[in-house]
Amino acid sequence: MTEVAYIDRPSRALYFYAILYLGFLYIPVLFLPMFSFNDNIYIAFPLKGFTTKWYMEMFNNQPMWAALNNSFNVACVSAAIATLLGLFGAKAVTRYRIPGEKPIIFVIMLPMVVPYIIMGVALLILITQLGFDLSLYTVTMAHVLISVPFAMATLISRFEGFDQALEEASTDLGASPLSTFWRVTLPLVFPGVLASFLLCFTISFDEFIMAYFLAGTDPTLPIFIWSQLRFPLRLPGVLALGSLILVVSFVVVFFSQWLRSYRVEKTQPGI
Amino acid sequence: MTSNNDFVSLTDVSKHFGSVVAVDHLSFTISRGEFFSLLGPSGCGKTTLLRMLAGFESPTTGEIYIDGAPMSEVPPHHRPTNMVFQNYAIFPHLNVRANLAYGLRYDKIEKAEVGRRVEEALEMVKLPGFGNRRSNELSGGERQRVALARALIKRPKVLLLDEPLGALDKKLREEMQLELRALQESVGITFIFVTHDQEEALTLSTRIAVMTRGKALQVASPKDLYNHPVSVEVADFIGQMNFVEAQVMDVRNGEAVLDATGLGKITAPASSDFVQKGANIIVAIRPEKLILSAERRSDGLGAVQCTIKTSAYLGDRDHFYVSVDGCEKPFAVAIAETGANSDQSLDRQSIVWLSWADESLILLPRD
Amino acid sequence: MNETTIEVSALAPSPKSWGRRLYAWYLRSDALKGFTLLSPTLLVMGLTMLIPFGIMVTISFWAQIGFEFDTTFTLANYGEGVEQPLYRALLLRSLAISGTCAVVTVLVSYPMAYYVAFHVHKHKMTWIILMTVPFFTSYLLRVFAWKVILGYNGVINSGLKGLGLIEEPLAFLLYSPTAVVITLAHAWAAFAILPIYISLEKIDRSLLEAATDLGDGPVKRFLGVTLPLSMPGVIAATLMIFIPTVGDYVTPALVGGPDGIMIANLIQAQFGLVNNWPMGAALAIDMMVVVAVISLLYIWLTRKITEKIA
Ligand SMILES: Nc1ncnc2c1ncn2[C@@H]1O[C@H](COP(=O)(O)OP(=O)(O)OP(=O)(O)O)[C@@H](O)[C@H]1O
Ligand SMILES: [Mg+2]
Repeated sequence: MTEVAYIDRPSRALYFYAILYLGFLYIPVLFLPMFSFNDNIYIAFPLKGFTTKWYMEMFNNQPMWAALNNSFNVACVSAAIATLLGLFGAKAVTRYRIPGEKPIIFVIMLPMVVPYIIMGVALLILITQLGFDLSLYTVTMAHVLISVPFAMATLISRFEGFDQALEEASTDLGASPLSTFWRVTLPLVFPGVLASFLLCFTISFDEFIMAYFLAGTDPTLPIFIWSQLRFPLRLPGVLALGSLILVVSFVVVFFSQWLRSYRVEKTQPGI
Repeated sequence: MTSNNDFVSLTDVSKHFGSVVAVDHLSFTISRGEFFSLLGPSGCGKTTLLRMLAGFESPTTGEIYIDGAPMSEVPPHHRPTNMVFQNYAIFPHLNVRANLAYGLRYDKIEKAEVGRRVEEALEMVKLPGFGNRRSNELSGGERQRVALARALIKRPKVLLLDEPLGALDKKLREEMQLELRALQESVGITFIFVTHDQEEALTLSTRIAVMTRGKALQVASPKDLYNHPVSVEVADFIGQMNFVEAQVMDVRNGEAVLDATGLGKITAPASSDFVQKGANIIVAIRPEKLILSAERRSDGLGAVQCTIKTSAYLGDRDHFYVSVDGCEKPFAVAIAETGANSDQSLDRQSIVWLSWADESLILLPRD
Repeated sequence: MNETTIEVSALAPSPKSWGRRLYAWYLRSDALKGFTLLSPTLLVMGLTMLIPFGIMVTISFWAQIGFEFDTTFTLANYGEGVEQPLYRALLLRSLAISGTCAVVTVLVSYPMAYYVAFHVHKHKMTWIILMTVPFFTSYLLRVFAWKVILGYNGVINSGLKGLGLIEEPLAFLLYSPTAVVITLAHAWAAFAILPIYISLEKIDRSLLEAATDLGDGPVKRFLGVTLPLSMPGVIAATLMIFIPTVGDYVTPALVGGPDGIMIANLIQAQFGLVNNWPMGAALAIDMMVVVAVISLLYIWLTRKITEKIA
């Protein structure tokens, strides 16, 4: 009949459903760029005409740039720390027999299943009780906490994907553990490190619930956006910003996927 | 500094993983330049022992000495051993040349010398011109050679090989066996070779340790293992063997007179001290030492009548299963195809004579 | 042999080399090496999660007096949390909204994940990217987009009015629990699709072929093989949505209105306007305990049911 196996035979109904579903996902999101070019201060139909003035306004918005800068820094630092901690942790749990491994992993993965508001509140209490000031550092700390589980999960699967014998072979040939890490482990887990960094970056960059409790006077971008949502006059500028973020994320996601498939082709035995 | 006989020596070595005893109080020595095999069924602790030699696992009890030095405090990267891994563990992110040169960095060797030695090693394993390939561009056999070259280029005192031929097809495996043996003889390095393929162990080794459940049952040369196994377990594991129960009736001038189930009164050479009057023992005989003939032979061999049950043609020889009255299990008989003793038709159900020479009987303790 | 023993004792560690001995002991202990490597991660997680958590529990037994804490032990906060009808109602409503949202999202996303896992062959990765990219836009703006859609002058109302179908805007669209459920379902859809997709993708195709071979039709095959085997993904997806959404205060604040306010808004207020931190801590703990109990019950129940069916 066809080259498709019986089990995988296509279903027209499911295909239409999938298209509808994608529509549900995209249409609300696509209203943002649409209204960002609309020449009307109110976000409502009918559309009034094309303009780029909201983008101009956004480019001249100093507080927004400051918030973007803050978010970028927090995301970079927390993603780097979380990925590093994830790297240690993933290597430890995949390469050594550790007594009590299950409960330890459970504790590390816990932030994935605790509502962020609870961790945000708990950290807020700790920091104020210790007498520290709230700042971007406290936000960074919180973001490390919620990113580590994702970094661990990403990196554990990468570590499990490559043969432990490769590291042993390196040691066997005379390389010290540190040397083995640089010459074998890191090159082989690097795609995982990159993926983990990007994932943690996006988590931090978009995190609002904890940041709202923990940021001091310096807002991150989500906090800035939150403050703008109350002022209808500022909204079009926020929409312009959101549209730009959308475009940038598209490019980054496609680039990282392309990078991934490129590396896979290069390093894995052909299938 | 050490005598050549105990170049590698294990004293009372055990390894426990929790409640699992993977290696159980092993003690034996390996001489310099030997091709030594660890042979045993799956899960008997071969890999664990090899990994203790390489330093990846530390013994729960006992000590390993290599060239006189105790190894327990020496981490893997400082041991005078190198390993060929079962799945080769060729670094996928490096090409063949970089794989071979990988370990030389730690030997403080000049760059030009490294290049020279890499080319030399590639020649040695018959892969000249493969330097720029990556592991995914190599066949199984080629990978095996790269792994071998990468370990040998370090000129270790002991080379450890964990079933290095296991992933290859039969024909390639046999080719590689010959090459491996020739290579070992030319470099003169002590090889410790893990396999569960008894034929492979018999072909390659100078000596073999037969293991089960973490213990060494017998450490001996292939010939000795084949002709003088010390237990039913070893005899059963090495090649095919027929067993019958027997009772010792008398021992005289190194000859034992036995009453064997189904075979009746027979005589056999009594070599060990467990062969004592009245003892219950096992008599073993190899299929190829048995002879089938239509008439009872006149040359004074031991003989009994039997019925042919099934036969199988195995290319270079015929295999028969014959039943003897009183014996539960049929006897396996192997006859070389051109053998003179297959002079008549050996059809199924025909009744013929089964005979043997007394010297080919092996007496084993009953366990 | 004798000769060797002498050599050996000469090479054995002298009492001086304690450092080396310690190093050897370290090398022997796999667990120790593992713990060394794991310790930075554990330390950070301990410091930023377990300690704050402990302090939060402590504070929940205190009382707020102005800007100070009265540190005498009291159960009053928990008592109030149980007795106050408002608190109870908000908690129940939050659970209802998040539960509905989790169930709806999983039900709606399952066919999608199924489609990509079984019916897409050439461009799987493209589909997965297409499904995840919307989640890289700002969460706040995604939620806000629904305010634009459902609002009084929003997309639906102005669209319907433009078409002449309605005279007056439909006020009930926005500021209702339904609006919260729809918005959350949209915002968290990726967390439903990915776990389900992964568990479906893992299913060995030969199992399905075996089921067909044994006479199962498509429906029986789905109920008998595909669904039970994808259950871990379904459970993960449900919890990945249910648990975080209970603690969300952004969505209710933007699209919930008075009827859509949830427990997290109340907790947030205790740390903000109301300024009663011990009460807030107690409410947070109440919420966490209830969520944990429900989640464990759910896992246990689905396991039991799947076992029964299989
Ligand atoms: N890391 C480990 N943890 C727990 N048990 C182990 C570990 N490594 C090996 N074992 C157990 O020790 C025993 C010996 O294993 P080993 O790998 O040495 O067997 P083997 O002789 O190499 O077998 P095979 O021929 O199948 O490779 C087995 O029962 C195995 O289950
Ligand atoms: Mg093995």
